[in-house]
Amino acid sequence: MEPLTWTGSLSGLNYIFYFVVGLLILSIAISILASLVPSTDSRAVSADGTLAADKGVSGFINMITGYLFLAALALVLVYLIAGIVMGSGAGIFGAMSRQFLPVWIALIVTFSVSITYKRKLGLYGKLFDSTVGMIGFGIVMFWVFTGIMGGVFDMLVTHDSLSQTSGMKNKLPGTPLRGAEDGDFQWFLLGGDNLARDVFSRLIKGSWVVVQIAPMATIFAFMVGITLGLPAGYYGGKLDTGLSFLANLILAFPVILLFYLLVTPEIVLTGIPNYMAIFLFVFPLIFVGILLNSRFHTQPSLRTPLLIGVLGVLGWLYLSLISTGGYAVPDKVWGLPEFLDGFDIDDGVLVVFVAVVFVNSPTVFRIVRGLALDIKTRDYVAAAQTRGEGPWYIMLWEILPNARGPLIVDFCLRIGYTTILLGTLGFFGLGLESESPDWGSTINAGRRLLALYPHAAIAPALALLSLVLGLNLLADGLREESLRD
Amino acid sequence: MGIFILRRLGVMLLTALCLTFIVFWLTNLYPNLEKLAKTQGNFRMSDEAVTSYLDDRGYLQPLPVKFGQWLGVMPGWVTEKEDGTTFGRCFDADTPEADRRTRCGVIQGDWGFSTVFKDEVGSTVATRLALTGKLMLCVLLLMVPSALIVGVLAGMREGSKLDRSLSTFSIATTATPEYVSGVIFIAVLASSKFGLSPILADLGWIDGKTLFLGSATSAMKDANFWNFFLPVLTISLYGMGYIARMTRASMAEVMTAQYIRTARLKGVKFSDIVLKHALRNALIAPFTVIMLQIPWLLNGVVIVETLFNYKGFGWLLVQAAGNNDIELLLAVSVVSVAVVLVTQLISDIGYVYLNPRIRIS
Repeated sequence: MEPLTWTGSLSGLNYIFYFVVGLLILSIAISILASLVPSTDSRAVSADGTLAADKGVSGFINMITGYLFLAALALVLVYLIAGIVMGSGAGIFGAMSRQFLPVWIALIVTFSVSITYKRKLGLYGKLFDSTVGMIGFGIVMFWVFTGIMGGVFDMLVTHDSLSQTSGMKNKLPGTPLRGAEDGDFQWFLLGGDNLARDVFSRLIKGSWVVVQIAPMATIFAFMVGITLGLPAGYYGGKLDTGLSFLANLILAFPVILLFYLLVTPEIVLTGIPNYMAIFLFVFPLIFVGILLNSRFHTQPSLRTPLLIGVLGVLGWLYLSLISTGGYAVPDKVWGLPEFLDGFDIDDGVLVVFVAVVFVNSPTVFRIVRGLALDIKTRDYVAAAQTRGEGPWYIMLWEILPNARGPLIVDFCLRIGYTTILLGTLGFFGLGLESESPDWGSTINAGRRLLALYPHAAIAPALALLSLVLGLNLLADGLREESLRD
Repeated sequence: MGIFILRRLGVMLLTALCLTFIVFWLTNLYPNLEKLAKTQGNFRMSDEAVTSYLDDRGYLQPLPVKFGQWLGVMPGWVTEKEDGTTFGRCFDADTPEADRRTRCGVIQGDWGFSTVFKDEVGSTVATRLALTGKLMLCVLLLMVPSALIVGVLAGMREGSKLDRSLSTFSIATTATPEYVSGVIFIAVLASSKFGLSPILADLGWIDGKTLFLGSATSAMKDANFWNFFLPVLTISLYGMGYIARMTRASMAEVMTAQYIRTARLKGVKFSDIVLKHALRNALIAPFTVIMLQIPWLLNGVVIVETLFNYKGFGWLLVQAAGNNDIELLLAVSVVSVAVVLVTQLISDIGYVYLNPRIRIS
């Protein structure tokens, strides 16, 4: 079987594509230069008193840029659609595009539903008014769908992400699988890595690790940061001084040193990460408990069953999360007995999770504290105080909702930052085991042969780059839209 | 101002003490000590042998005592063996009685002995720090001017095409961690099989096989553009986006100020407005950001030095932490914590000094 080229039978289209992209770059450069020159558009007053202005030179260039951009976009779409139709006939891109078909469908459904109902969806709907936000959201959702479909349901992947195939070591993208049988996928789409595993399948499996850990770790970091930051900002005084000192202490640590100190096997043996997990993961419980209690404590008949129900479920999740095989800390602290234990988290994942939450929460703390300091001087807080509301009610139901704009934006940015941190951990081979398909570990494995076989490291690097870029663009779009409120 | 600096210095010292104590505690946990004993002695040591090895070398004393000895405020441990030889923290068995010191610690300028490099910690850290200093200097020389230029150009006409392009560029750089951009740079510019180098070599435009060198090891002795530019660029790019965005925000804010409008209405040239009226005020905020960015550069330094095999301070950190070289790791953390705290102090003082509204009042 022939090795696949990048675009297969569509290669004639490549020249047109290069040409359009080249023109696009040129026209963007010209329009930037033109924007430096003051525009001299002419204005004419017509007989009925209206003004008419032509768009001038820069307007003309902008129009051309717009059309070129649309043309390039259309060509990309042609590649994708032709790929879906022709499969591997359209080269590596075509085969990948067909492999990702479920993701495309999910994306189209998400976008069409969201755009149809965007006026009813609050801030989320407003996101679809900004191009940047939509692009970012599209990229992020692409990886989320890829992670869920590939990681949970085993769709999309072409080969097993761990099995090694003889003769495929360091093979270039598009190499046909040696000794392939009828049921097998016939190519290694993105080549093989230095252990002869399929880079494409590992890429997809790796996205699940990120999609799973990064948002959850960020949520936990926010819970810790909010639960400690609100009282620090609201009460001030000694509590604030103490907590701020602690936060600054953690922030003064170089992140990598902290990772090296927390995530080595020897430290894991002492159980310190497990103790930290017990401490850090209890914050969502505290947060939800206080949140509901402060709101409903005047109606005990509603409050008590509500709290018992919610805290019961959360408590069970919490205990399942921290305990493995009946212990919360191996051989030291008892946890949930095994028959009640809902699920087990892999030890390496737990350690990585704890480290990332620990590094992120002080920054969230500082942001929340700053926002609380600012908002507590507002009139509606004074009004609530006059009404006789309790301090926690004011913090959680008056201050927090009014700080949501900056917090949501920071949340998106922080998921991106967490992704970078996860990659850093993988890059230094800390935490997750070495055959883990996550992007950082894969880059680490691929960098040794970087000068000779770059494809094994480049693929996860570009994937990580696109996900973080998508999150940044999404945050930018959200910021723009939330400022417009 | 004097009291402010003194208070900040006090908090700094306290922070540094707490942090080193945490590092000390984590590196002195028993599994770490056991690993140390086994790597220093031999891997098949029995548990008793490990215990006696550690006991002889003072590792099994209570933590505060050990910390005090390391600091130099408490007398170092002394072990008398059954065969009559005496050795201690501050002297060997063959040091004459008269030369034996009681205290040797950081305060006395004695940073200890590195088990990985078999050398004095002080001199090891100093050599590596000098190498990283060279790298950092180049990074700052590249990063700060380009970030400021990008930020000022983007911020002077908010919402223009130029602003949009440059802002997208800064977002893209903040989204590219060093290990991603480094990998891409090496693959595109420093691989003999891929990217630009084979094309250029075919055309005969470059002498060697690759355009840039993928390893910066040779840059430790003599750095030139071809072996040093890629690591410098990799670190600079990631830090640049953030500074550029801050500069842009600050510049955009200044450009909407009343006095700028007055200057424009008086007919001052746009370039004069930007350079003479706006720039000075717009650079106050980025200054703090640049200073606070330096600790973050340290992360980048660790990644880039590992990736490009440049044996500087970051590489030292990885070696010390990976091999649990306790005294080296402590020295490394003291230095990096000091860098963080000193830059914070400078940024606070600089902010007050640069901002006339605070300085005069």
